[in-house]
Amino acid sequence: MSKPLGVLARFSNPAELIDAAKKVRDAGYQKFDCHSPFPIHGMDDAMGMKRSPLGFIVGAMTLTGAAVGMGLQYWTSTIEYPLVISGKPFFSWQAFIIVTFALFVLFGAFGAVFGMFHLNRLPRLHHPLFYSKQFESVTDDAFFVSIEAEDEKFDATQTQAFLSSIGGSNVEVITGE
Amino acid sequence: MKFDKHTHMLLETGAIASRALIVGALGLALTLLGVFMDRAQFFQAYLTSFTFLTTISLGGLFFVLIHHVTGAYWGIVLRRVAENLADTLPLMALFMIPLFFGMHDLFHWTHEEAVAHDQILQWKQPYLNVGFFVVRNVLYFAVWIWLVRGLKTLSLKQDKGDSGNLVKMRRRAAGGVVLFAFTVTGFGFDWLMSLDPHWYSTIFGVYVFSGGFWAALALLSLFTNMLRKSGADELITMEHTHDLGKFMFAFTAWWAYIGGAQYFLIWYGNIPEETIWFIHRWEHGWKAVSLFLILFHFIIPFVILAFRAAKRVPALIVSLAVLFLVMHYTDHFWMINPVFNDHHLHVSWMHLTALLGMGGVYLWWFFFNSSKHPIVVMNDPKLEKSIKHIVH
Repeated sequence: MSKPLGVLARFSNPAELIDAAKKVRDAGYQKFDCHSPFPIHGMDDAMGMKRSPLGFIVGAMTLTGAAVGMGLQYWTSTIEYPLVISGKPFFSWQAFIIVTFALFVLFGAFGAVFGMFHLNRLPRLHHPLFYSKQFESVTDDAFFVSIEAEDEKFDATQTQAFLSSIGGSNVEVITGE
Repeated sequence: MKFDKHTHMLLETGAIASRALIVGALGLALTLLGVFMDRAQFFQAYLTSFTFLTTISLGGLFFVLIHHVTGAYWGIVLRRVAENLADTLPLMALFMIPLFFGMHDLFHWTHEEAVAHDQILQWKQPYLNVGFFVVRNVLYFAVWIWLVRGLKTLSLKQDKGDSGNLVKMRRRAAGGVVLFAFTVTGFGFDWLMSLDPHWYSTIFGVYVFSGGFWAALALLSLFTNMLRKSGADELITMEHTHDLGKFMFAFTAWWAYIGGAQYFLIWYGNIPEETIWFIHRWEHGWKAVSLFLILFHFIIPFVILAFRAAKRVPALIVSLAVLFLVMHYTDHFWMINPVFNDHHLHVSWMHLTALLGMGGVYLWWFFFNSSKHPIVVMNDPKLEKSIKHIVH
């Protein structure tokens, strides 16, 4: 038998899934996830998830964008290729605000989209859970909790027993075969 | 103040309302003395308070209108507060009447001898003449009062169980936003832009609106916080404070966007009759006020409100709301005063007394209205959803 990748357990409805999430969280597991066909209100709290740092990524990106926008215009129009345009000073910050603002927004949007991809570990072509036959019904009518083998508390036998004890059925060790 | 959970009524507002009325009456009485001392100064100070407060009321009206038009549910618990804020417009209509007697002191274009020698003003005369000015401003207020009273009456009927009113309110609000856009633009053009009758900026009405809605959000936030402390915290939660904070953040950027757009286009064009308006607000001491506006009307609130925590700490959001009101007054002071004092920065004691006077009566009216009917709407189909609203 090859090395276990994780343990999967099935729950019968959203309320039980939330309840199970709280118990898994309280038992001290870190690398676990809940799967359902639709978003469940209150799941983030039940799983003890921290706030996403995405806002700070976007914030840093907007400031970078603004600095790049203003810096590029400053450099081109005062150092590299100074040109008098409609009698205005070389460094006319008023004229540069529009591009600065546009790059502020553009970089922020890139930060939001690609930061979200990064935080979600996307793109990802395969996941050990896809080895499970029963996991296919997660897009239909099934509710699952999965605990990954990488978790410090993970132990194939004990984790299986734990998931059964909190009401999980069809408890399955994912092995990749 | 005390909030009754069963009837949604706000009780014991008498003390605060009567204090506001006393301050208001004293302020107005003192300001009235100013008429005999310096008539022109009196009307300048009076106008500053008048446009400051009217734009806030209009912000309240806009809050009600967009809530009906979009069908948003998060702010249902705040709708009555916004309705009461907008319901100060009848009071502002009364406050407008004295201004009609000060038009000669305020508006250069009413001076016939000046118009006789000025081709531009002659050309503008079909629009800028006393008769039409009075008629259209009475009309603006008539439209606003009709909108406010109509929507509030339907909303009060809904409190008593008439749920079909939701569609009626939405229809009226949909037409209302169009009327609102035109009338607010007209209001800004008339009372603020025409002070400098040679100058023009097509975006000016939007600028006046943006500041008003911004300040209205601050006042809503302040009052919401008072309500939460008075026992309404089960209905109006931290989530609503947070969402108001988001609105405050967005409209901080919006004000700067519109003000900036107005400035940059004029800077680009560099045509003397357009740039003069900004030169009057940059030279002879006015530069300090302009920089103060940029810093405290935009940069500092923008940076602070960008952080989630800032929108969820009541003490911080209350301080910001007070700053917003101070800055909104500064904004109107900055629009009105350089027209009369372009050679030096000048503040009169009448600015303070007029603000306290009109503001005191305004608050008294607002608190009095707040105590007459449930302060949180009842029987709205979306009320439950609004109470349980959670910000993600």
